[in-house]
Amino acid sequence: MSAIETHEREHHPFLQHHFEDMGQQHEASTLGMWMFLSTEILFFGGLFLAYAVYRNMYEAAWIEGAHHQNLVLGTVNTAVLITSSLTMALAVYFSQWGRRIATFFCLVATFILGSVFLIIKAVEYHAHFEEGLLPGAYFTYHSALAPKVELFMTFYFCMTGLHALHMVIGAGLLIYFMRRAWRGDFGPEYYSPVEIMGLYWHFVDIVWIFLFPLLYLIGRHA
Amino acid sequence: MNEQEHAPHHESTPLWIYYAVFAALLVGTGLTVFAALHDLGVLNTPVALTIATVKAALVILFFMHAIHSTRLTWIVIAASFLWLGVLFVLTFADYLTRMWGLQ
Repeated sequence: MSAIETHEREHHPFLQHHFEDMGQQHEASTLGMWMFLSTEILFFGGLFLAYAVYRNMYEAAWIEGAHHQNLVLGTVNTAVLITSSLTMALAVYFSQWGRRIATFFCLVATFILGSVFLIIKAVEYHAHFEEGLLPGAYFTYHSALAPKVELFMTFYFCMTGLHALHMVIGAGLLIYFMRRAWRGDFGPEYYSPVEIMGLYWHFVDIVWIFLFPLLYLIGRHA
Repeated sequence: MNEQEHAPHHESTPLWIYYAVFAALLVGTGLTVFAALHDLGVLNTPVALTIATVKAALVILFFMHAIHSTRLTWIVIAASFLWLGVLFVLTFADYLTRMWGLQ
């Protein structure tokens, strides 16, 4: 009886009833998120594979397409996204130490940096549209390799578009987490949700780390 | 707040590691742009992918705390990349050998 009472008294409000303790709950959440990220790795992996297959066939068109990417904006955006990963990692760190205000502002910074990334991406998309590089009815780009450059741009829009969709979802989740952080939900005993948000955000960062050289940097020395 | 009394349940990465990884990621980005602007012959793409892989490994190990995670989590992470490898190796075992005899 006394054991039950002790258990009840020490019961953390965010401990789900099917877990023994907060540690087990944390491990289960982290493992579950990594399993989801496994499916995401293979999801993006399919696109990277198709990219590689066609690049192997049409190397010259891929290089021509990459030359139409804005190297400065692409590099700046990479730095912006890496910085947002730092602020996300810091948000997890501060939530582990129960520092409510610091956690909140790190999440806000991550959200702002993610938004800056998306705005820069939109500026780039607009430039591609103006250049007639949007595949489909508005594709007016002329060159000997035009049809294959159109294929490159299809990969470009699918890969960066799917990445941007993940960013938009991440930004939406960040708003939810800002609210919870402000409310003071997180602390040393309970920060798994912030940790998992971080796993998602860093995964999206990793996808971009590969997209950047593959879409912007090929054949740049020529 | 006395931080000792509120130590996290799990191993916490010291703050300086996050800044060090961040600096390394920025250096890696600079390096990959620098390398791309120079003609390295057939090595341009391998160099770019190597730098990207190192950057990804840093993010996974330190930002995503894989270094402190359980062995079961390690299996899931390793399995993801194993299957990604299978996807690439089997596909290219086909595509790269299709044109034999036609060239």
